[in-house]
Amino acid sequence: MPANRRRQILIGVGNPDRGDDGAGRMVVQALAGDLPEDIEVLQLSGEATDIVGQLQRADAAILIDACSSGAAAGTAQRFDVVDEPLPRELFAVSTHGVGVADAIELARALGDLPAVCLVYAIEGKRFDTGEPVSAPVAAAVPEVAAQVRIEFQQLTARERCDA
Amino acid sequence: MARRTIKVDYLARVEGEGAFKVVVRDGVVRSAELNIFEPPRFFEALLRGRSHDEAPDINARICGICPVAYQMSTVHAMEDAFGVTVDGPLRELRRLLYCGEWIESHALHIYMLHAPDFLGYDGVIDMARDHGHAVRRGLALKKVGNELLSLIGGREIHPINVRVGGFYRAPRRRELEGIEEQLMWARDAALETVKWVAGFDFPPRERDYTFVALRHPHEYPFNEGRIVSNRGLDIPVSQYDQHFEELHVERSTALHSRLRSGESYLVGPLARYALNFDRLSPLAQEAAHEAGLESICTNPYQSIIVRAVEVLYACDEALRIIDAYVEPERAAVTVTARAAKGFGATEAPRGLLYHRYVLAEDGTIAEASIVPPTSQNQASIEDDLASFVGGYLDLDDETLQHRCEQTVRNYDPCISCATHFLRMNIDRS
Repeated sequence: MPANRRRQILIGVGNPDRGDDGAGRMVVQALAGDLPEDIEVLQLSGEATDIVGQLQRADAAILIDACSSGAAAGTAQRFDVVDEPLPRELFAVSTHGVGVADAIELARALGDLPAVCLVYAIEGKRFDTGEPVSAPVAAAVPEVAAQVRIEFQQLTARERCDA
Repeated sequence: MARRTIKVDYLARVEGEGAFKVVVRDGVVRSAELNIFEPPRFFEALLRGRSHDEAPDINARICGICPVAYQMSTVHAMEDAFGVTVDGPLRELRRLLYCGEWIESHALHIYMLHAPDFLGYDGVIDMARDHGHAVRRGLALKKVGNELLSLIGGREIHPINVRVGGFYRAPRRRELEGIEEQLMWARDAALETVKWVAGFDFPPRERDYTFVALRHPHEYPFNEGRIVSNRGLDIPVSQYDQHFEELHVERSTALHSRLRSGESYLVGPLARYALNFDRLSPLAQEAAHEAGLESICTNPYQSIIVRAVEVLYACDEALRIIDAYVEPERAAVTVTARAAKGFGATEAPRGLLYHRYVLAEDGTIAEASIVPPTSQNQASIEDDLASFVGGYLDLDDETLQHRCEQTVRNYDPCISCATHFLRMNIDRS
């Protein structure tokens, strides 16, 4: 990696054994081998201190998580959390939602939030142990993956302009 | 709302949130009741009919913060049943794995959950704005513990490398040497942690606890020892059920443990420390004294200092083990199943964790009993609340609630996330 290149990370959050909760990790898996090599790709359980540790070392981060806001299953929402906190109520049903929201706020309080920090939240329908992922969420995974790919392309282009 | 989702994260294992009720009449505390819900009962039923060699991985799922404790009590109980002794490097590796768990679990509680109580913040996020340096240190310290778990256990949550008889794979010496530098940093950070928490203000409250912990002839206890108390109890683990009992309490689905004589008792850092101060490393002993602790501490609010001393000890002990490590010839000793009863008790970060199994001839589990530390401490938590709240009645409800929550958090209960949402009901009429 060139010395002036910023550290970019993609984090898929969730528990793959709890139905739609694994949506974030599925997006990351869908992008395997399809992103520039210098983008670090991680799959995490959602434990807050773990996420903070990753955010502390990043200049740009995109996190993908499942959420439950009452929208139709498979709906994807994009949040730029650099200026606004992640709306916590969306993540109330997730087995780990508090992890992402708290991690972002802890990183912000420490002054360690990456300059670019985006969260994609995919609306889930079922989160029970051992359940398979629901059809609407499975259908949303490649769409979100495509958007994330574009986000990283734009980040790289912007970086080149800045340089 | 977000904090409630922490509770949901635990719901599969905890089934509910903490609540307590304090009844005050004419300025006197009449009762203090804590309701929490312990998960391992499900596991006891789940284990029946499963093979003994599945139990370490099933039981690891009981807790995401202290899975090693559940695995260790499991394998010791199984090995007790089958007449197997695991010693040498494999025994040392088990202690090393436990060091990792104590470091990550205690660092989490000290920095993320308990310190905000002493510094006047609602939580670690608020605290981090003013104490960023300390919070960064806590996060990094926890990470070293997690990395030790990954190195020995295969992953940092719910390790997969523990088996009855030893491990599936023993690390190479060079792999352990790779984490030495981080552990040396962690030991310095732990020393800083002891000094930092020693500077907090502590409510002047003491209790005459019955401390219960393991005690080993040579070691500060992780895996082995006799169960002892400061009231003269000194028994092998196999006699636990003869001296302790679990009682159903109507207000809670959790079982309360008591000594059969009826007393509540305390397990965890304060008990371990009081009963094993002479087994701490010289560095940990010295740090404790410099922090103002005697060799026995009976102020539960100062448990945060004792936890910090234990983190220091765990770093020190991990470095000692790595320095002396000789790669074992085999990752596990041979285990032959037989029909038997097995007993195991180890020191989880939160205290004594007791397991008992009845096994069939082919090693299938016929009966399982798991007594976690938080269950054992429930009565003691209630006694603390009943003893201390009377001294705080001049506080307004909000401040009093905070002090009560802090009192519960002294115990680092496994529902510590849920206790952030403790519903308090003070009946002053």
